[in-house]
Amino acid sequence: MRLLGAGRWITAVGLLLLAGVYVRALAFTPIERAQGLAQKIFYLHVPAAIWAEAAMVLVGLASIFYLFLKDPRLDRFAEASAEAGTVFAAIVLTTGPIWGKPIWGTWWSWDARLTLTLFLFLLYVGYLLLRSAVADPGARARYAAVLGICGMCLVPFIHFSVYMFRTLHPMPIVLKPSSPSLPGSMLATWLFSLGVFTLLYVGFVIQRYALSYLREQLEAAGEVGHV
Amino acid sequence: MEGGGAVGAVAEFVRHAWSVARKDLLVEFRSRTAILSAVVFTVLVLMVFNFGRDPTAVAAVDLAPSILWVTFTFAAMLALNRAFQLELENQALEGLLLAPISRGSIYLGKLLANLVFVGAVEAIGLPLFALFFNVRILPVILPLVAVIALATVGFVAVGTLFSAMTARTRFAELLLPVLLLPFMIPPLIWAVLTTASLLAGRPLSEAGGWLRLLAAFDILFVVLAFVLFPATVSE
Repeated sequence: MRLLGAGRWITAVGLLLLAGVYVRALAFTPIERAQGLAQKIFYLHVPAAIWAEAAMVLVGLASIFYLFLKDPRLDRFAEASAEAGTVFAAIVLTTGPIWGKPIWGTWWSWDARLTLTLFLFLLYVGYLLLRSAVADPGARARYAAVLGICGMCLVPFIHFSVYMFRTLHPMPIVLKPSSPSLPGSMLATWLFSLGVFTLLYVGFVIQRYALSYLREQLEAAGEVGHV
Repeated sequence: MEGGGAVGAVAEFVRHAWSVARKDLLVEFRSRTAILSAVVFTVLVLMVFNFGRDPTAVAAVDLAPSILWVTFTFAAMLALNRAFQLELENQALEGLLLAPISRGSIYLGKLLANLVFVGAVEAIGLPLFALFFNVRILPVILPLVAVIALATVGFVAVGTLFSAMTARTRFAELLLPVLLLPFMIPPLIWAVLTTASLLAGRPLSEAGGWLRLLAAFDILFVVLAFVLFPATVSE
C-alpha cells in the first residue's frame, strides 16, 4: 500500500534528521551558562510538548467534523493522531524528569506543566482504551469522537488552572507574545528540531492511518476479529 | 405567537426530561439498594480515611478538604456507573429511545436523576464527615454547599455523558473512572482549594477565581454534553 510506504519513508527521514538535531544541538550549539549540558534536552522536550498538545487539538477537530460528516477517514485520522500524541506525551514525560533531576534536584514535582502533560497522556490512554473496548465500528467512532471533543475542551481548563499555581517550570522563551529571547544559534537548532518533530508526527500519523485502514479492510472481510 | 410556541416547546422539553428523571428516581426509591450501598460506601471511605492517617502527626482539619472530596469523587463514580446500567436490562434503553421525546430531554432527565442521587449521598456524607473528623462546617455551611453544588454539577454532567458510552462497553465499571477522572480532577482542584480556604475561616470572595473557573467548567460541559449526547445513543 502506497500510503503506508510513504509514511515509513517520512518517518525514516524524520529519524535520520533527529540524529542531525542531536549532532547540531551537542556539537554546534553553545552550552547554556546556568544549566550546562542539561539544557540540551530543551531541543527535544519542547517540540515534543508542542506536538503532544497540538495532536489533541487535531483529534478534537477531526472528531467535530466526524460527527457532522460521518466520514471514516476523519475517524481514522483522529485515532492516528491520538496514537502519535501518546508517543509525544510519553517523550515529554520521559525527558522532563531527566532534566528535572539535575536542575530541580527531583525527578518529579507536581509542577503545573508536568501535571498538564500527565493529564494529556492519561486522556490519550483513556481515548485509546475506549476505542479498544467498543466492538462495533460505528459506535466506536462516535464514542471516540465524543471523548475527543471533550478532551480538546478540557485542555484549556487544565491550562488555566495549572498556570494559576506557582511554577518551577521555565517560562516560555520562544512561544510568547514578545519576540523570542534566545540566541540565534539556539533558536535555529530549536526550529530545526521543531521541523523534525513535525515531520515525525506526519510520518507516524500516515503510518497509523494506513494501518487502521488495512485493519478495517480485514475486519470487513472477516479475516480478523476486533482486537 | 412564535414566542408562545417557543415557550411551549421548552416547557414540553422540560416536562419530558422530568419524566425521564422521575422514572429513574422512582426505580431508585422503590428498591433503595443503590442509594443505601452508596451511603454505606461513603461511610466506609470516611472510615478508611480515619485509619489511613496518623492522628498524632496530621490534624484532621488539614486533611479535611481532601477527605471530603475524595469521598465524594468515589461516591459519584458509583452513582454514575449505575445511571445507564439501569437501562441495559430488558433493553430498556431501546424503549426510551423509541419514546417520542428528544434525545436532549433524555440526557437532561438522566442528568437530573444523577444530580439528585449524588446530591442525596453528599447530603448524608457531609454531616457524617463533620461528625467523624470534628470539622466545624456550620459557620460556612452556605458557601460550602454552594461549592459542592457547583463542582457536582460539572462532573456529573460529564459523567452522565460518559456513562452512556461506557455502559455498553466491556469493562464498564473500570472504564468509566479511567475516562472520567481526568475530567473530574480540574473541578476537584478548585473545589478542594475553595473548601480549604472556607474551612480556614477565610471569606468566599477570596476564592473568587476558583469559583469562576468552576462555573465556566459547569456551563461549558453541561452544554457540550447536552449537544454530544445524541451521538452516544443514535444507531
